[in-house]
Amino acid sequence: MLNLYRSAVGKKVLMALTGLMLFGFVLGHMVGNLKIYQGPEKLNAYAEWLREVGSPAVPHGGVLWIARIGLLAAVGIHILSAWQLTRMSRKARPHDYAKLESVQLTYASRTMRWGGVIVALFVVYHLMHLTWGSLHSDFIPGDAYHNVVAGFQVLPISLFYIVAQVALALHLNHGLWSLFQSLGWNHPSINPWRRRLAGAFAAIVFIGNVSFPIAVLTGLVA
Amino acid sequence: MQMRLRVWRQKNRDTQGSLVDYAVDDVSSEMSFLEMLDVLNERLAGEGDDPIAFDHDCREGICGTCSLMINGQAHGPNRATTTCQLHMRSFEDGDTIRIEPWRAAAFPVLKDLVVDRAPLDAIVQAGGYISVNTGSAPDANLIPIGKPVADRAMDAAACIGCGACVAQCPNGAGQLFTAAKVSQLALLPQGKPERTKRVRSMVATMEDYFGSCSNFGECEAVCPKEISLDFIAVMNREYVRAALVSDPGD
Ligand code: HEM
Ligand code: FES
Repeated sequence: MLNLYRSAVGKKVLMALTGLMLFGFVLGHMVGNLKIYQGPEKLNAYAEWLREVGSPAVPHGGVLWIARIGLLAAVGIHILSAWQLTRMSRKARPHDYAKLESVQLTYASRTMRWGGVIVALFVVYHLMHLTWGSLHSDFIPGDAYHNVVAGFQVLPISLFYIVAQVALALHLNHGLWSLFQSLGWNHPSINPWRRRLAGAFAAIVFIGNVSFPIAVLTGLVA
Repeated sequence: MQMRLRVWRQKNRDTQGSLVDYAVDDVSSEMSFLEMLDVLNERLAGEGDDPIAFDHDCREGICGTCSLMINGQAHGPNRATTTCQLHMRSFEDGDTIRIEPWRAAAFPVLKDLVVDRAPLDAIVQAGGYISVNTGSAPDANLIPIGKPVADRAMDAAACIGCGACVAQCPNGAGQLFTAAKVSQLALLPQGKPERTKRVRSMVATMEDYFGSCSNFGECEAVCPKEISLDFIAVMNREYVRAALVSDPGD
């Protein structure tokens, strides 16, 4: 780990591994939340199960906290590496061209840095909004279903969630492909599929996540 | 054809440069890009001006000496083409063409359009070779190598080391060049014995000079030899492997 962190190529390996962890979380988070379509009991029971899982072997909320600490560490390594690699790259091209043409640069790839910042800010907002409830006038601890519905009924909040999901989808569209490169996962037979696989998973996460505010706004979930 | 050129002029390493406008008439569409510059230089020399310095050697697209950022694209607008193999028929009469040197912190401008590309040599010196005992040449085909593997190694070996990849990369990264040089050896049995040490020291040298790869793919798009981004994954895999093993003698 430390050895990898010393080099830029190694930092990208760590970014890919932490990115993969975060992606796993994002995917699981989305799939878990699909329970909202089964009604309040199922969703709230799932939220309670997240706290119960592992007991009595570990104390109440133990697994949840282990996961949280793991994710926090992953986010920390991911952002710190992104920051340092960005600085390294800026230094490598101090004097730029009058205008550099882009040939096959994608929008997703060149917005990784600021897009990442938007995703990070969104995550903080999202925690304040639906985990801590500090932004909610009518937040009921333990009633996830109620909090989601009450939250998304506010149009600007729903719109903000959707915009953040666009940023996340773009980040994943490039990131999930890029991680194959960073981890050296390549073989002539899989190489043509890597970009498509990344696009498909980014789309799955996007569609699942934006369905929640849309379902609340249209009254499908009430 | 009549061309309007905006060319980067810079006396030497320590002075400031700037873009200077020139008009060149009587350009034939059959001329190569460098021949067009030759025509301009002859005129400049005749007028007692300093001719524009630019790198070139084979003019056949095989040596990797020519460079030039043409309208913001390394080696100009055509794919899989070195500047020396670019012809004026790729432009329209009356076009304005901006010509700049390769830009990177590791490639200081020496004069006008000529930059110092020595860091690329440093990367090769760090491990882009295999060690063999001298003596009589070994028999051919002593080591059987499958055709797909040989072809893939050859694709990496097509790199002519011009540095277009670094010049085009928004990060100023040297990944495609280094990956080609690592891969051409790593893919072959002759390259295996020194693979751990090779990738470690070539990557370390690369990082002394260049930026970090974001897999934008701009390098691949401008590479005159169409070196594939896939080789960057090959190098990364070599690097991860080297980080996980401890080979004796490293
Ligand atoms: C849900 C959260 C996130 C997920 C799932 C995620 C996922 C990924 C993945 C898979 C990669 C590809 C790594 C590679 O190229 O090998 C990546 C790259 C990147 N991430 Fe994230 N990321 C997340 C959050 C963030 C945040 C919060 C930031 C910054 C504040 C960020 C900044 C970056 C940058 C700059 C890169 C590109 C690095 C480069 O290519 O040079 N990411 N991310
Ligand atoms: S001058 Fe040799 S490749 Fe262009």
